[in-house]
Amino acid sequence: MADAATLGPELPVGARGRNSVGWLGMLCLIGTEASLFAYLLFSYAYFLVRFGPAWLPTRHPSLLLAGPNTLILLASSVAVWWGEGGARQGRRGRLLAGLGGAIALGLLFLTVQIFEWKAKAFTLTSSAYGSFYFTITGFHMAHVVVGVTILAVVFAWSAAGDFTPRRHEPVVISSAYWHFVDVVWLVVFTAFYIAPYLTAAP
Amino acid sequence: MTAWESSRRPRIVRVDGDFPGARLTRIWETEPGLKGWLSSVDHKEIGKRYIITALIFLVLGGVEALVMRLQLAGPDQHVLTPEQYDQLFTMHGVTMIFLYAAPILTGFSNYLWPLLLGSRDMAFPRLNALSYWVYLAAGLFMYAGFVTGQGPDDGWFNYVPYASRAFSPGINIDVYALGLILLGISTTVGSVNFVVSFLRTRAPGMSIDRVPILTWGTLTASVANLLAVPSVSLAFFLLWMDRQFGTHFFGASQGQPLLWQHLFWMFGHPWVYAIVLPAMGMVSDALPAFCRRPLVGYTPVALSTVGTMALGFGVWVHHMFATGLPSLALSFFSGASLIITIPSAVAVFAWTATIWTGRPVIRTAFLFFASMIVLFVIGGVSGVMTASTPVDWQLTQTYFIVAHIHYVLIGINVFPVVGAVYYWFPKMTGRLLDERLGQVNFWTMFIGFNLGFFPMHLLGLMGMPRRIYTYGADMGWSSMNMVVSLGSFLFAVGILLLFINIAISLKRGRIAGPDPWGAPTLEWSVPSPPPPYNFAVIPTVESRHPLWEHWLEETPARSRLDEGLLLDRGRETIGTTALDGEPNLILEMPADTIAPFALAGGLAVTFVGALFHAWWLAGLGGAVVAASLVAWFWPRRVHADMDKADG
Repeated sequence: MADAATLGPELPVGARGRNSVGWLGMLCLIGTEASLFAYLLFSYAYFLVRFGPAWLPTRHPSLLLAGPNTLILLASSVAVWWGEGGARQGRRGRLLAGLGGAIALGLLFLTVQIFEWKAKAFTLTSSAYGSFYFTITGFHMAHVVVGVTILAVVFAWSAAGDFTPRRHEPVVISSAYWHFVDVVWLVVFTAFYIAPYLTAAP
Repeated sequence: MTAWESSRRPRIVRVDGDFPGARLTRIWETEPGLKGWLSSVDHKEIGKRYIITALIFLVLGGVEALVMRLQLAGPDQHVLTPEQYDQLFTMHGVTMIFLYAAPILTGFSNYLWPLLLGSRDMAFPRLNALSYWVYLAAGLFMYAGFVTGQGPDDGWFNYVPYASRAFSPGINIDVYALGLILLGISTTVGSVNFVVSFLRTRAPGMSIDRVPILTWGTLTASVANLLAVPSVSLAFFLLWMDRQFGTHFFGASQGQPLLWQHLFWMFGHPWVYAIVLPAMGMVSDALPAFCRRPLVGYTPVALSTVGTMALGFGVWVHHMFATGLPSLALSFFSGASLIITIPSAVAVFAWTATIWTGRPVIRTAFLFFASMIVLFVIGGVSGVMTASTPVDWQLTQTYFIVAHIHYVLIGINVFPVVGAVYYWFPKMTGRLLDERLGQVNFWTMFIGFNLGFFPMHLLGLMGMPRRIYTYGADMGWSSMNMVVSLGSFLFAVGILLLFINIAISLKRGRIAGPDPWGAPTLEWSVPSPPPPYNFAVIPTVESRHPLWEHWLEETPARSRLDEGLLLDRGRETIGTTALDGEPNLILEMPADTIAPFALAGGLAVTFVGALFHAWWLAGLGGAVVAASLVAWFWPRRVHADMDKADG
């Protein structure tokens, strides 16, 4: 054995919140997913520009379900953020309550969204607008399903006591994904539900 | 509950014989046998698999090209039916662009990055394995279609409305659509890995102005992939929806066929740079070793690498000059396409100056790298010509474009790659390739390539359209097509010589030793082939040329290669800060695992299910994917304490 007297600097070991490679990996994933939605919305905008506002359905979309549903999704982000604070402070009850609340709100969003889909007068194949509406909101729904699944797995790990105030990067990383899914919805919601009110008279 | 160690001060030791290598080998080596083989996450193993697989695809794509050249060698030939010709030119393009050109560079980068950066593996070793398995699955998926006569047959850029169901009713286009989405997953996870590895796994002291240019090239390509690949994946997904579920994205009546071209080329043009910038990086790093001097203009070359890609996102419409877009748009994109030559040319001047002011040692690898400069200039000039809208109107869809794309892709991808094989083969295998056979190899390829592809410029100017399966004797193209076919077969003989050289040298090549070239970068400081852990101690880097400091004498500081941090409590490497390369974390690296293989298998099953609308099968694949992911991310409750195990 060689002389072991010299020691390097004091260094943290293993993943540690935002100092982990997993956090950067998630940021890259969010970047590429954001690009995907950007191309989707670009395609939608391309149709709008090429065909003009008359291409939109004659009646503006109802905000009756979609408006409150947006608030539900935003509330779920707040819940995750609050739960993450619990993980940082070692309060497992708060972590579980935050994650559980977010999962419940996410499932509620999905349920309302299915009613919203059923209420539409057009279908995936009845018009190009319908193709875009259901494809883009469908892409977002798929992301919500994945996000809820991730939160559920993290919830189970939290309940099993796998996380400590110092080590809980799955909580940090999955909540970043969840916030991203919410932000994407705000953009999709603006494009499909708000923008028509700004462009043309019904 | 857990015995996690929150922080520690790693020992600094000097390498002494087997110490600490023997212990690190036990920690890092992959267990033998099939399970070990399927579970390995060693970047060197994955890199070699990538390179070998990509070379197999190169051969397949090459054979496809040769069959087409038989058909075109003379007028009115009947070697192939028009339908067979369609599938051949499509699969040739798909194979070369998607299954060879990008993966071969990924393979080299996978193998080399940790060795260049002074690390023990990439940031996400398991993601690395996943990237390879999904790539393999996507390649097999598309080739399964091809060998059953159901392969893509609408050209590699797959324009609608030809590719819509009305005009292409078989599953050919669906095979392409789903196969390319699958490949996109591989590219994406690979790119994430490169970006994060660049940011976090460089050796202490390796600030971003000290990394090899190859890492700049691959980093730039990876960032671009993250931003661009979703575009093509989406385009193919929407097309698949159109074809299978009756949506209205690209149809002629309610849809926008031209949107396909926008989405395809918004991806396609950045992709062209993604499959050349890492190859240019390999030249920037390896050429100086043969010129016995550092690369001229490191900083401009690194900046222009990034700059080329940034501009590369703004030139996609030059593939669409003939589609009737408004002239303002054409002017803008024509201007951007002319401007991009400036950053693209920086490296050319840098390489030329490096040779000019150096003392070149003419080896096979040098010949490949130096000739690449010539081919790059020829391909670049034909690119500048077609950046001009009126010239493009004359030349688009002719053999001039075929000549251009081949000068660019063979010139800036294949020639550097073969040079890189000659240069890094000794590192990978411990043996040098035969030099005399290498020179013959080079001249055969160089003459064959120019004989085969330069006349295509003239054929294009004479009006020969690309993608025709035959032509009449009265067109006046016959003799030149014969020359092209002869040249392409000579070029193929050159590629064959490379494989013969590899086969001979694997057994009988001269033993290389750690540093056969007297090269400047870190990979040459470790044995050939490198041990499973790469570096016995983590090196500390003080300059761009750690192995040349003793004679360059740029600074008084010296990199330390045989004394450094000993990280031996399990698979560990050092995490450093993004810009300065200051150590700030001990990264715990994952053990070998079957999860990436299972995940890739699940994905492949999902895509096969989707192809045949067998939704139960797709669901089954999805369940395997989900289970693999949960196993993958399972938190580590107990950290194995290697000290205890070793006593």
